[in-house]
Amino acid sequence: MATFNLEIWDVHTHLFGVPGDTPEARLGNLLEYADRLGIARLCVFMGMNFSYDPSPEAMRQENDEVLRALRRFPDRAFGFVYLNPRHTRASLDELNRCVRDGPMVGVKLWVAQHCNEPSLDPIVERATELKAPVLQHAWWKITGNLPGESTPTDVAELAARHPRATIICAHTGGDWERGIRAIRPHPRVYVELSGGDPTAGFTEMAVREVGAERVLYGSDAGGRSFASQLAKVLGADISDTAKRLILAGNIKRILQPILREKGINL
Amino acid sequence: MTHEQPVVSFDRRDFLKMAGAATGVAAMAAARAGQAADATPPGLIDVNTYLSRWPLRRLRGDDTAEHVSMLRRQGVVQAWAGSFDGLLHRDIATVNARLADECRRHGDGLLVPFGSVNPKLPVWENDLRQCVEEHRMPGIRLHPNYHGYKLDDPDFAKLLRLAAERGLLVQLVLIMEDERTMHPMLRAEPTDTKSLAGLVKKTPGLRLALLNSQRVLRAQAMADLVAAGDVCLDIAMLEGVGGIASLLVKTPLNRVLFGSHTPMFYFESALLKLQESPLSDEQARAIRCDNARRLLVKNG
Repeated sequence: MATFNLEIWDVHTHLFGVPGDTPEARLGNLLEYADRLGIARLCVFMGMNFSYDPSPEAMRQENDEVLRALRRFPDRAFGFVYLNPRHTRASLDELNRCVRDGPMVGVKLWVAQHCNEPSLDPIVERATELKAPVLQHAWWKITGNLPGESTPTDVAELAARHPRATIICAHTGGDWERGIRAIRPHPRVYVELSGGDPTAGFTEMAVREVGAERVLYGSDAGGRSFASQLAKVLGADISDTAKRLILAGNIKRILQPILREKGINL
Repeated sequence: MTHEQPVVSFDRRDFLKMAGAATGVAAMAAARAGQAADATPPGLIDVNTYLSRWPLRRLRGDDTAEHVSMLRRQGVVQAWAGSFDGLLHRDIATVNARLADECRRHGDGLLVPFGSVNPKLPVWENDLRQCVEEHRMPGIRLHPNYHGYKLDDPDFAKLLRLAAERGLLVQLVLIMEDERTMHPMLRAEPTDTKSLAGLVKKTPGLRLALLNSQRVLRAQAMADLVAAGDVCLDIAMLEGVGGIASLLVKTPLNRVLFGSHTPMFYFESALLKLQESPLSDEQARAIRCDNARRLLVKNG
């Protein structure tokens, strides 16, 4: 009997918004929900109680929590190290600790500082040396961004300075019709689908404008539903080939070099 | 083992079901839930769908025939339809007439029209009368944040009272889209519900369905509203992992309705939420159709 396999990797999940008293329990619960939708692997970052502008100590604690969770589920989850560019030296140390010397495979940057600031340069350069993608939160809120919250235009500026870096534009600005346009000229910047409403047309426009090879499925669970975000791909009017790329093929391709260095064969 | 890496497997029959994008999720849901192909889940009643065109973007499904086709493929047996035109058009009477006509001409009874009423327009009572007497609508759909009134407005209270007297189900849409990403020239603040529970208590016979409420309502406000009277909620904007399971901890099962907010949202969002939460057959059936069916039956 012919079999069709649909592999799904989620590039954007968190330990918050999920029940559980420990990082291990939370990731376990997250995986139970993921199992119900056939999601094979999760990229997870930030701790149980995240902060907008973490101190070096808080940053380290949040990453320790993720490392604990990863140890329990090494075959189901990958970690991205959460860094704060306002503490560049501490961020580089943490990058080395968690990615170079640890099991993590990417970098997560959030809202502590606009990502077009020069303080990000050493972090992005180091991540690129380590073959780690940089996932940068980006929103365009008509209600007003947080003080250090990046926009897709900021991401585009960062990408222009680092053409070799692999940058994932998380949420693609929320206002995706603008966000996709902003990052379109930068071939190593990826449209990431997570975190906004499952508004029809997002994925179709992304595939049309940048190609399916530059689009990634992510959910932003547990704050968001796996279901609502997965719908952006499964419900999109795009080819099955494009869906396979978005759901797993692209992130596997992105992570393959760093996973290979860590001795992980997919 | 719960945490073994899953590979979603489908046999050829399932694959063929998945060939169409829209049917794919329904097939996957059945396949992954381990249901036998013949154990067809009960048909869906979608309480939150729209006809015509969203003002800011063309949507797949803003053609009624195409929309009906999609709903049928997804297993929808009844869809309660409002009109996007009801948000901004001022000639509400023609909006409702077109809506009723579209629902008659497409879907062989699949579409149930819910007319728009704007209580800030002169002689809005006539629009309400037409919904009932001319178009035979079982309910109305209200958009206060597009019509420019608050819920403590006396005209809104009067509208609820008249709707209850006529046996109409009232759908109250709290928001149409994420307020953070609205068009800068067309911002509509989410509807503030703080006075609503009190109003529900003062309106005998009112049956109220809140659509797109989850982003706006805090847990206590939701509990207060549900306790105030015959108030239901749909799942279109429900978020968080296991969202329905979490909602059922706070809200009685018979108050939860399946709503997709299509064609604005991908239909699969609502459908997959039924799969994401572990639901008993009774819970799934109540949300898929039974609760909505009971609401309309009350119309007599």
